[in-house]
Amino acid sequence: MDPVSRREFLIVGAAAGSGLLLGWHMADARPAAADFAPNAFIRIGTDGRITLIMNQVEMGQGTYTSMPMLLAEELEVGLEQVQLEHAPPDDKLYANPFLGDQETGASSSVRAFYEPLRRAGATARAMLVAAAAQSWHVDPASCRATKGVVLHGPTGRKLSYGALASKAALLPVPTQVPLKDPKDWTLIGTPAKRLDARDKVNGKAQYGIDVRLPGMKIATVAASPVLGGKVAGFDEDKALAIPGVRQVVRLDDVVAVVADHMWAAKQGLAALAVRWDDGPNATVSTADVVRGLDEASQQPGVVARSQGDAAGALAGAAQRIDQVYQVPFLAHATMEPMNCTVHVRKDSCEVWTGSQTLTRAQATAARVTGLPLEKVVVHNHLLGGGFGRRLEYDYVTQAVRVGQQVEGPVKVVWTREEDMQHDFNRPYYYDRVAAGLDASGRPVAWTHRLVGPAIVARFAPPAFKNGIDPDGVDGAVHLIYDIPAIQIEYVRHEEPVLNTGFWRGVGPTHNIFVMESFVDELAAAAKADPVEYRRALLGKAPRARAVLDLAAEAAGWGRPLRTGRGRGVALLYSQWGSYLAEVAEVEVSNAGEVRVHRVVCAVDCGTMINPDIVKAQIESGINFGVSAALWGEITLKNGRVEQSNFHNYRVLRMSEAPAIEVHLVRNNEAPGGIGEPGTAVTGPALANAVFAVTGKRLRALPLERQLRG
Amino acid sequence: MVTLRINGKAHIVNVPPDMPLLWALRDVIGLTGTKFGCGMALCGACTVHLDGQPIRSCVTPVGAVGSKNVTTIEGIGATPSGKKIQQAWLDLEVVQCGYCQSGQIMSAAALLASKAHPTDADIDAGMSGNICRCGTYPRIRAAIQHAARAASPAKTGG
Repeated sequence: MDPVSRREFLIVGAAAGSGLLLGWHMADARPAAADFAPNAFIRIGTDGRITLIMNQVEMGQGTYTSMPMLLAEELEVGLEQVQLEHAPPDDKLYANPFLGDQETGASSSVRAFYEPLRRAGATARAMLVAAAAQSWHVDPASCRATKGVVLHGPTGRKLSYGALASKAALLPVPTQVPLKDPKDWTLIGTPAKRLDARDKVNGKAQYGIDVRLPGMKIATVAASPVLGGKVAGFDEDKALAIPGVRQVVRLDDVVAVVADHMWAAKQGLAALAVRWDDGPNATVSTADVVRGLDEASQQPGVVARSQGDAAGALAGAAQRIDQVYQVPFLAHATMEPMNCTVHVRKDSCEVWTGSQTLTRAQATAARVTGLPLEKVVVHNHLLGGGFGRRLEYDYVTQAVRVGQQVEGPVKVVWTREEDMQHDFNRPYYYDRVAAGLDASGRPVAWTHRLVGPAIVARFAPPAFKNGIDPDGVDGAVHLIYDIPAIQIEYVRHEEPVLNTGFWRGVGPTHNIFVMESFVDELAAAAKADPVEYRRALLGKAPRARAVLDLAAEAAGWGRPLRTGRGRGVALLYSQWGSYLAEVAEVEVSNAGEVRVHRVVCAVDCGTMINPDIVKAQIESGINFGVSAALWGEITLKNGRVEQSNFHNYRVLRMSEAPAIEVHLVRNNEAPGGIGEPGTAVTGPALANAVFAVTGKRLRALPLERQLRG
Repeated sequence: MVTLRINGKAHIVNVPPDMPLLWALRDVIGLTGTKFGCGMALCGACTVHLDGQPIRSCVTPVGAVGSKNVTTIEGIGATPSGKKIQQAWLDLEVVQCGYCQSGQIMSAAALLASKAHPTDADIDAGMSGNICRCGTYPRIRAAIQHAARAASPAKTGG
């Protein structure tokens, strides 16, 4: 896909009193584009203030540094000269061309905006240079821009961007502005300092939960603990007797206690002792879900990739291996619990939150209130973790419903327990895989039938085509090994007992676990070294083979380890366009505790905007993946999520965190995604390491529960 | 009425004595740098200092604070160890989403104040009560060591 070709590029205009305003407009978004507004990514004030407007949200992944780097490189300003501003919701102006709306997810920010933001910067710079050349009556070619100033070489004259902004805004928009040759980059490719760091070490950073407004109340909520359940009753008087409690809001499936502060709200909610009518899911347990998936897996699915005659090759193989793999429901457990502040008035609605999908937050507020879209203002904030959780807007919908019953602004804050038990969980997936090996142990056939819900069919219906969830099969259909016959099938199976959604790495985090564990099984069946076995199947994939070699070399693959330790390897390729290979070194105690000592990861993500942020994202993804692979699991009993807080939804801590080494491959390939791959490649590396040290092949996660039987 | 001494300033607040300090800081006084994460002293996001000792403000009642000095993330930069830790966090680019980092910095500053050269085991012991879902642990460890070197460079040659 070419993200730029869909745009009628770069509209420019003079903002009232604020100098040059640059942006673009999606040509196909508004057929009758009479009153389009420019999508300002860059605002240069006559006072010289340079503001970059961030459409991709910051949730830790570094967009508030990498996006400005793209703009600043071509605009010829230093990062220290720019101020950042959260973009307002507007799909027409800020849509992520990879995803179709204003959305931050799928490790796509750099891939989607790599060219458009550089072009925005270059065009602005060209106009500023042209404005200076006009002022001086000289040839623009004799001028150059640097650090926010245009210089005239022959005479040494200078004009600042601020002084040129208003003049530049009146110039025609150049259509062909060449981008810099990568060898001339001074910012892209450097480990520039994060622009969001300072306020995050001194307490000034503002997350949604930090919103404070005059007269604001604070509410906490209990939604039905069983999906589909309803409020049956509660002791309102007991809650109202708590000092500081102002109001109890009853909705059909939610109760909110509105108070002066969170402490009163929490106490009030406990005092309510809400009674629930659990509804049709009252008796559901995880085992029921698994039974349903197993039954669905008996039937063929929609073919997502087919190559050669897989059935024939399987039947004719010297050896055939069939296995079932499973991965559990997972919670996101972002450190900042879900929250949203709203002020619903008769004719307008204001929303303060942290969202990965701002326009969806705006739309749901409009739907709930019946107000036109333009009467809903959404203020975005820094996100205290996203991981896919804040792609959903359920917490916004709920806060607006509560806010409709409250006079004045109200901040709705979920407790950790509410957050963990009302997540949009990573789905439980159930996979059947089979492979045929020839007499030498080399695979001649590979089949993979994966069964799970279609998140995309709910979240982005137009992307759900021909019965295939493109995200669900991501990674599976990218099987990179040289195998002559391949069949990948997808069986859509919805289990409407728990909400499911995107979770860091979604498709690949599930599929790569299955595929890379299974390849390891094939290597074992062929009595081959796991690295050598993979390597022999990568003759047509040089980038994949290079990262595999790099990771193996750096990890000391093949060299002896201390007794009781083992190494596991995994390789990743998917639609993210990045190649990763990882070697994990683990130790397993007699009690089945897995200690991850060291993780070595080789990464080829093509062109890197900021290699230090790439490294940080890989470290982050690995640690996120360790938590999930060792312990992560949401289970159901009597329709209720059994886990509630960090004591029974265990996540990695400092004393358990492995030493991590990240090795980056430098090249000029197109940028690949980097926020999620580290997580996806880690599960199988750990499972394969556990196999190396124990001889136990674990085909389900989490690993420690499997080891304890 | 309770008087709380926070970052060197007295605050008179009208809150019940059983209210956890976290909510007095965030919802009553307006110091929102201290974060809510779990409400059960499991994640450390709410860590503040009482007379220099790190405590979980989500389970510490206002009534138990008494005349002790409360230091929060907004004030920790005024202490020698807090300033070094904040700088080390910036030097090593520790933060990602940043939500847990107030608590991480408060725990690390207390650790550094009590041990000028913490070992890996000291760091494990001092920091394992603080969860980071972005998994910034390797950088937190390195930053604490970096801050310790900055504290007395002659000792380690660092």
